[in-house]
Amino acid sequence: MTRQRAWWKTALGIVLAALMLFPVYWMVNVSLTKTENMRADPPHWYPKDPTLQGYANVFSDQFPALGTSLFVGLGCVVLTLVISAPAGFALAKLRVRGKGTLNFVLLVAQMIPSVVMAIGFYAIYVRLGWLNTVWGLVVADSTIAVPFGVLVFTTFMSGIAGELLQAAKIDGAGTWRTFTSIVLPISRNAILTVSLFAFLWAWSDFIFASTLDRNGDMVPVTLGIYRYIGNNTTEWNSIMATAAVASVPAAILLIVAQRYVAGGVTAGAVKD
Amino acid sequence: MRVTTNTAVAERRVRSAPAPATGDRKGKRGRPTQWAALGFLTPLAAYLAIFYAYPLVRNIDLSVHDYNARAFVLGNAKFVGFDNYAAIFSSPAFGPAVRNTVVFTFGSIAAQYLIGLVLAVFFRNNFRLSGVLRALFLVPWLLPLIVSGSTWSWMLNSDNGIVNSVLRAFGIGEINWLTSPDWALTSVLVANIWLGIPFNLVILYSGLQNIPGDLYEAAALDGANAWQQFRRVTVPMLRPVSAITLLLGLVYTLKVVDVIWIMTTGGPGNVSTTLAVWSYREAFGTGQPDFSPAAAIGNLLIVIALVFGFLYLHLQRRQERS
Repeated sequence: MTRQRAWWKTALGIVLAALMLFPVYWMVNVSLTKTENMRADPPHWYPKDPTLQGYANVFSDQFPALGTSLFVGLGCVVLTLVISAPAGFALAKLRVRGKGTLNFVLLVAQMIPSVVMAIGFYAIYVRLGWLNTVWGLVVADSTIAVPFGVLVFTTFMSGIAGELLQAAKIDGAGTWRTFTSIVLPISRNAILTVSLFAFLWAWSDFIFASTLDRNGDMVPVTLGIYRYIGNNTTEWNSIMATAAVASVPAAILLIVAQRYVAGGVTAGAVKD
Repeated sequence: MRVTTNTAVAERRVRSAPAPATGDRKGKRGRPTQWAALGFLTPLAAYLAIFYAYPLVRNIDLSVHDYNARAFVLGNAKFVGFDNYAAIFSSPAFGPAVRNTVVFTFGSIAAQYLIGLVLAVFFRNNFRLSGVLRALFLVPWLLPLIVSGSTWSWMLNSDNGIVNSVLRAFGIGEINWLTSPDWALTSVLVANIWLGIPFNLVILYSGLQNIPGDLYEAAALDGANAWQQFRRVTVPMLRPVSAITLLLGLVYTLKVVDVIWIMTTGGPGNVSTTLAVWSYREAFGTGQPDFSPAAAIGNLLIVIALVFGFLYLHLQRRQERS
């Protein structure tokens, strides 16, 4: 009886997941469709007579853009960790005046619409000559992840036993030493969570890319796809192939770091 | 939609002793620690000042001057006080933008929340593959928005889109999803709801995990059926989590630009233009950037987000106290 019920639920779960993931399936399906079959009416539900032409086009047209995105994503991870890990440590373990205010500022920082940040950055970058540079984009993208990173590190590091730090101190370790050789290694999970989100957000960013790096030599893949759509309304297989390739990091990260993803999503909204 | 904010990421891990967070060495040698703390915080403080405060100050500056593209580079714009704000409020685009923002925001969060809740309750049952399937529901949330946006665009395409093709099979005539004034807002709304479901599912699911199982047992003993258990146990116990989910959703949905821009660029006309999209379009969407009104709209958005942000803080405090 219970067995049967469970099977019924599994079946329903699969149907729901299939519905939810249909657009993803459709993206892959279209990416494998031949250009002449693209206008088929009704559309083919599966890649009938599949072609890899779309993917070949991705690698000839969008390869540099994928590299740029990778670079921006990794740069963003490094910058976010460098800024947020020490700050999280200070907020969690060192006595800081104005801690409440800082936490409040971090919360507010996350509510500022990115279009507002983009306008502000544009105004500054115009003067500095940072428009259309990869560095400028790394910095702008990091503003999405830094406040999140500080809050994640603060929470995580608050959970580290005080005795451990005390012991290090007795052994003669300074605060910096304690931080680098004790706190950071213990905080591996927090580092992974923050890196994961910093990378994914930078990788998927569209607003900053489309405003601060729209005419550069090195544009990220999100902008590459956007331009592709603009120039190229007929070759949807190439567009969808690029989209599929651009989704690969998300897919890999989901498989490799599933529990950090769930942890990150829950971060903040729920307290236990 | 992005997820952020504080707290309990991994408190479960690494906690060898329930040590209090701070004040380990209160009294003794407070001074060196204070200096060390300052050292550890300086990069963050500098970062916030340069990359948050300064762009925001620049925005306010832009919004009270008349910056055209030339003045923007030369920096000699005329001070106009609140003229830009006045111009926005009296613009014919203002009314529709506010209406679209309200429809888009509330429509999105209401549907995302309801679907997320139903799914969370469903996945609370432990059935075979439930973990894997639940993980699969995260996928839309991890995809770059340009990917989801362009996929939805192609699915909703009027001639060869799969959606119209399915509708035709049911005898429903062709709908110009993205180009008809009646449907453009609905189209971006549907895509955005789809994008937001994972976030709501995960948060509500973990909220459900925190409801003690004996409450359900007690309810079942009292003869409550599944619906009554849901009404009398799940809904009230989930209220704090729900409030925070909805508020976060609200703050995040208010600032959505990408999905709408990618699918309809706010059109046709202004029918799918929200405040955030309007601001983006003024600044970057046309050949002639108009940064001053764009900044003014942006600042208006900040004020709205802040109002809800304070509400969020208030709720969170109240939750902490209880």
